[in-house]
Amino acid sequence: MNIAPKSSFVLSRRHLLGIEGLSIDDIVGLLDLAEEFVELNRQIEKKRTSLRGRTLINLFFEVSTRTQASFELAGKRLGADVMNMSTGSSSMRKGETLIDTAVTLNAMRPDIIVVRHHASGAVELLAQKVDCSVINAGDGAHEHPTQALLDALTIRRNKGGVEGLVIAICGDILHSRVARSNIILLTTLGARVRVVAPSTLMPSGVERFGVEATGDMRQGLRDADIVMMLRLQRERMNGSFVPSLQEYFHYFGLDQSKLSYAKPDALVMHPGPMNRGVEIDSDVADGAHSLIREQVEMGVAVRMAVLEALSRNLPNA
Amino acid sequence: MPLSDRRPILLANARVIDPSRDLDFPGDVLLADGVIREAKRGIHAAGVPEGTEVIDCRGKVVAPGLIDMRAFVGEPGGGHRETLASASHAAAAGGVATIVCQPDTSPAIDDPAIVDFVLRRARDTAIVHVHPMAALTKGCEGKEMAEMGLLKAAGALAFSDGSKSVVNAQVMRRVLTYARDFDALIVHHTEDPNLVGEGVMNEGEFAARLGLAGVPRAAESIMLQRDIRLVGLTDSRYHAASITCAESLAVLRQAKDAGLPVTAAASVNHLTLNENDIGSYRTFFKVFPPLRAEADRAALVEALAAGLIDVVMSDHNPQDVEVKRLPFAEAAAGAIGLETMLPAALRLVHNGEVGLVTLLKAMATRPAELLGLPGGTLRPGAPADVILVDLDVPWVLDATELKSKCKNTPFDDARLQGRVVRTIVAGRTVYEYV
Repeated sequence: MNIAPKSSFVLSRRHLLGIEGLSIDDIVGLLDLAEEFVELNRQIEKKRTSLRGRTLINLFFEVSTRTQASFELAGKRLGADVMNMSTGSSSMRKGETLIDTAVTLNAMRPDIIVVRHHASGAVELLAQKVDCSVINAGDGAHEHPTQALLDALTIRRNKGGVEGLVIAICGDILHSRVARSNIILLTTLGARVRVVAPSTLMPSGVERFGVEATGDMRQGLRDADIVMMLRLQRERMNGSFVPSLQEYFHYFGLDQSKLSYAKPDALVMHPGPMNRGVEIDSDVADGAHSLIREQVEMGVAVRMAVLEALSRNLPNA
Repeated sequence: MPLSDRRPILLANARVIDPSRDLDFPGDVLLADGVIREAKRGIHAAGVPEGTEVIDCRGKVVAPGLIDMRAFVGEPGGGHRETLASASHAAAAGGVATIVCQPDTSPAIDDPAIVDFVLRRARDTAIVHVHPMAALTKGCEGKEMAEMGLLKAAGALAFSDGSKSVVNAQVMRRVLTYARDFDALIVHHTEDPNLVGEGVMNEGEFAARLGLAGVPRAAESIMLQRDIRLVGLTDSRYHAASITCAESLAVLRQAKDAGLPVTAAASVNHLTLNENDIGSYRTFFKVFPPLRAEADRAALVEALAAGLIDVVMSDHNPQDVEVKRLPFAEAAAGAIGLETMLPAALRLVHNGEVGLVTLLKAMATRPAELLGLPGGTLRPGAPADVILVDLDVPWVLDATELKSKCKNTPFDDARLQGRVVRTIVAGRTVYEYV
């Protein structure tokens, strides 16, 4: 049974490469469409046919569990054929360049390619070389647009809206594509965004992003509605950005004591995977204020919305 | 050489610019026997030697051939990127009569035999003058000093580790000290590799937005400051190879005010482009040091106009498509520039920011003075290396028409005004725009 979604929203672009460049209408349209898929995903019959006959390739140059699984489920629930490719199992390890990989896959006539890559800008570069739609599933320290959309959806469903909320994004801002996409999206929707990090993990020029920056968790969390923790990207740390994990947790790890500076009804988020005891205490991560599991659920719905909206632009659609 | 190539040439009715004497006048220039005979008002066609080729230069500028102090040429070891021959054709089309090629080749130019190889190869294949810089340290590794005396005797014009910096201050001090005994010019790329780290573009808001690691300006100014302190100890001739930001200019100003024998160059890229040109990860704008903010670019232009920047160079660095069509952080750095250095820099002249005489001085006269070359002037007796420039012709650059082997120009599709229409090297026309 295929019930056409109520929303007739169409994303007026071929690719989703980042939040930057999306209008408020684009963002709200995607979130509204995602709401419908949240309901659908809670039914026993979760299948739609809007992507029937379409081929979706998940091309992951960087390991991922939840994002890749989320896109795979989203594609399958919409009826697409989904193929997963990751660095371990392909010629991407054999020295083939990104562009050659793109050209090769393009020749197999996929309709949508979902790409994650360790280098900023790599997904856009690939998008220039293919005829299909491309979705950025995270490029370097640049953007991770579907994560920001699922975070916004989670916030909206719990707080009734985003405008006017005080949202603290805490941790490794410097290396975080999640932080960049969220800063752009949440400020676009009218939230007051604070970024909290040790100075070594704060990007130069961050104040030009329209956020308040601080190195003090208590100050950053004061009266916050949402506390969004980031993963400490240990694998990206070529130098020594913080002296030790113990010291990092002492000053920047989210525990009940630091959380008490936020509003009493403040909610806690984390894009995962979590380093328990490094950036977040288990009490908080599993506590009543945590939205972390709901974020994962919203992830599937948001990715279905993005796939659906982009597929409406595909040829012969 | 065919006889016709060696006929005397009269460049008649030109706007003659001799930056070595601050001259800019309507007149004529007579070239014969490979040298400049005369440059003055009113050399009449009747008074020139029999068989002289008379070229009407009405509306055009005659100036000394340019001397590019910093061009990377592939030979030896990187002939797929650029050969001395292909570089020389690119140079001729850009009005560059003399290329000073860089020593960070493979192997590095750190042995007198390699200097000799480059000079012979250039003599046999190149259509403009080519002089190598030799390595400052063996293998350009920044550890042991190269054979400066023998290299200079073999024909090396100056000493540099190319696009590498000597990190060890003790090594740098010894090299500077030793260089003084040979009156050798030390040319140094001032970028502390530890502060550069993973950086691939200028540190700041744009790098943060693109999620790219930044290179702080201090990576350059600290290295420059260190070098200048060492020059204070050694009093040797020192030239900063590529200055890119306002804070380095302050350091340079201090050194010059103190009377130290310090000079500096800026590339045409840094004088005419800024970090915003990178746009969405355009790797043809990836250079080292990186393109800086507009305020830095404006400060560089001002410093050029004021004479604080002595030399303008191309920083020609050919990179093929395979190493450029990669994600920004992984792509090779470098941009070609021999053919575009003058047309691109003319933007500054047309904008009224830098005088034409000042620009040509920085592109010809000052390099000649620093390197001890006889060119860069229209004085009688100087080599007949001259260019004819149409300052006003508008054109759009098409990278595919460039003569370099690699087409990695940041000026593809750029609207330019003014171009070289003839290049004469040693009295012989090596390029003519038709």
